[in-house]
Amino acid sequence: MKRILSAEEIQSGDRNRVGGKGYALSLLAQSGFRIPRTVCITSDAYREYVSRTGLRERILLELHRKDFKEMRWEEIWDCATRIRNMFLVKPLPEDLALEIRDNIGRLLGERTVAVRSSAPGEDDAHSSFAGLHESFVNVTGAESILKHIRMVWASLWSDAALLYRQEIGLDVEESSMAVVVQETVVGDRSGVVFTRSPNDEDQGVVESVYGLNQGLVDGTVEPDRWIIDRSHNRIVEHTSPERKYWMVPGPNSVRLVELPGDKSARPPLSIEEVNSVFKSALNAEAFFKMPQDVEWTYEGDSLVLLQSRPITTLRSQKPEDERIWYLSLHRSFENLKRLRRKIEEELIPRMISVAESMVGTDLAQLSDRALAVEIRKRREINQKWVDIYWADFIPYAHGVRLFGQVYNDALQPTDPYEFLDLLTNTDMASLERNNMLTDLAATIRSDEHLAEELKQGDYSALDARFLSRIDEFIQKFGDLSCAVTGGKNCVLGTGPLYRLLLEMADHPSRNGVRKKKDRISRLHQNYIDSFDDDQKERAEELLELARSSYRLRDDDNIYLGRIEAQVLAAVQEARRRLEEQTGNQTPEVLVQVLGEADFGSEDQKPSLGGKTPGFGYQARQLIGQPAGPGISSGRARVIHNHSDLADFRYGEVLVCDAVDPNVTFVIPLAAAVVERRGGMLIHGAIIAREYGLPCITGIPDATTLIQTGDEITVDGYLGIVTIGKTGI
Amino acid sequence: MEKSERFRIQLKELFSAQALAALSTHHAGQPYASLVAFYATNDLSHIYFVTPKTTRKYANLTADNRVALMVNSSTNNASDFHQAISVTAVGKAEEVVGSERESILVQYLAKHPHLEDFVSSPTCALMRVAVKCYYMVKNFQNVMELHLEP
Repeated sequence: MKRILSAEEIQSGDRNRVGGKGYALSLLAQSGFRIPRTVCITSDAYREYVSRTGLRERILLELHRKDFKEMRWEEIWDCATRIRNMFLVKPLPEDLALEIRDNIGRLLGERTVAVRSSAPGEDDAHSSFAGLHESFVNVTGAESILKHIRMVWASLWSDAALLYRQEIGLDVEESSMAVVVQETVVGDRSGVVFTRSPNDEDQGVVESVYGLNQGLVDGTVEPDRWIIDRSHNRIVEHTSPERKYWMVPGPNSVRLVELPGDKSARPPLSIEEVNSVFKSALNAEAFFKMPQDVEWTYEGDSLVLLQSRPITTLRSQKPEDERIWYLSLHRSFENLKRLRRKIEEELIPRMISVAESMVGTDLAQLSDRALAVEIRKRREINQKWVDIYWADFIPYAHGVRLFGQVYNDALQPTDPYEFLDLLTNTDMASLERNNMLTDLAATIRSDEHLAEELKQGDYSALDARFLSRIDEFIQKFGDLSCAVTGGKNCVLGTGPLYRLLLEMADHPSRNGVRKKKDRISRLHQNYIDSFDDDQKERAEELLELARSSYRLRDDDNIYLGRIEAQVLAAVQEARRRLEEQTGNQTPEVLVQVLGEADFGSEDQKPSLGGKTPGFGYQARQLIGQPAGPGISSGRARVIHNHSDLADFRYGEVLVCDAVDPNVTFVIPLAAAVVERRGGMLIHGAIIAREYGLPCITGIPDATTLIQTGDEITVDGYLGIVTIGKTGI
Repeated sequence: MEKSERFRIQLKELFSAQALAALSTHHAGQPYASLVAFYATNDLSHIYFVTPKTTRKYANLTADNRVALMVNSSTNNASDFHQAISVTAVGKAEEVVGSERESILVQYLAKHPHLEDFVSSPTCALMRVAVKCYYMVKNFQNVMELHLEP
């Protein structure tokens, strides 16, 4: 049976082998619509590839590391990234590659092509796969086409597809992917048509941009939009954007460039052309007997249909469906650049000044009423910044992911997280804080007298220079006490900070590990070398953005922590007054304000689990996600309450629910990190990597199955925590 | 065909059809069993498997390298009693390191390609069992032996 078919060769019996897109194109071609030259790689080729290369089992292993229900979106993204990399690094068996190369050469020659996903079943109006899988445009050369075919296959397991796995019936044994390889028609105007508007079914929508469609589809280029009244076939509205850019083809990629002045002044389509495009789409609707979403382009004066698919809405419209929000975190480079400017130039400076202005208020001098007003004000400020954190800072973290994907696509490294080496050693606030702690600990280590004073708790006679450095630290990062002692019973004082410093001083210092510079420069050079000359600058820019995104992922929590600490400081002052009050003059205004909200985060309570009385049931080996390479053993310190951090000792393994940058000051003491929350880009993983510590994330019951004091071994290469003695 | 040759052919067929073996180790006289993904050399002299170094089996092997491995063709049906073949290999295990590890892993991964990530970890040990003797059980209780050592 042929595994490579031209659009003209596809027959009705091939429908499931060529996928929805391939089948629809073949019908259009065979019915007289003009489409680009099209070749379909059937899903049999996918099946053969995953069987012969062992990828099917590897995907099964990857998807069964953990129950999907327990995976966060970040873990699903990681899962998709690892699977994608398997496809990137695993070449096709030579005979299959030869067959595809020969047939594409025979049917398309040396043409530049688009390589598009065509999942079986996607033409079914009830289960559109739109947007779940990937397509690539402007691909040139046989080897590049083969690579992009594998990338399309990999997108069967994209994070979006994994999120919607139930709706689309994703199954390793059953699911497969066909690929459409289509000659690139270099249109000078392109767009999409919805024959029925998603907002009003009596209307249709035509959208158009100059150049290739890519900019419109990924949201980088704002289109002209025409609304058409279906019953009268009449344009009822035209919205013009500020036309600034267009996407044009370059060697092996598309690029965004400024639109020439003469084009920016006028819409890409004339009224006649809008009507003509819409009429063609209506013909496709009549042909397929359902409303269509048609992509098209104008090659000179000739209209070419690139694809046509039924309009369906797969994604649940329920507001509680968080998947829509997760997927909205995928941002384009242009979008992230805008976000970066906003965050770095506007939001961060404001956050810092907001926290500083609150520090400047002497709470002890306020009347009870003024203190109550201050608490409410601080709470509102804090809430506002928490909202900004979700709206802008979290999406900005996608800069790291975007870079990771570009890096992996360009270099196909064996380790899908190699790209992180280019992002570490940035000047994160948490590292700056830890370096200051290390320096202070070094001073104590070299000054026996000072160490003795601190051990005795005699802080009154401390050396003035040392105290001024402590003050400088507290000014910048707080005294760590809120984090150490926990939110609700926050004791503002330097005791916990001194205890931490003494523990650090008792042991050799451990700075963030500086990765070998020559390795980093080599990786950097390889990365840049993998781009064409005119794309190198953009590649550098993306790396810069990723570094900023990576740094901010940690820093934003530190800045937010400073604001939150000021809310707690005011609450603490109110509590102190209530405790110290005498007689019957209860300051009601303070009682009331404290009752309005739950101040301070709830400590984590250990849930039932772990050892069951009477049965001796316990964990020996737990599997999670390897997030920091290395292997290390030590006694576990399980953090149930923030106050547990105060007991942290040198050489222990930090076992916790979720590492927050405001608690990572214990990392310089730790032998390894184990975290319940999963993901490769979470704070625990980031800081552990900075210190070169083994780290495992995503072990669902880590804090209940492991007990403080257990001897554990953390294998950060394989993601295995072993409880009890090992042979190593 | 010699009976010993037929024995060898049956072993090869079984080893190519089966992916997993039950490995027996012991610690201070206490036996311990584990499942491992194995690969046997064409001359049947060696059986390879991989294990994380943090496991009990690795600790046991480090303390005492004598092992038994069992491979069988049972299908969890009553017919297993007369149809299934079960082979036990006994011998001594050692860890393979250095350049030899890389060359053997190529053959190992040809049989278990999905373990590529697993074996690439520096904490994953490639173990080689030099087989001293094979015991084959067929037809319910018929046991034949093949000794590889003089």
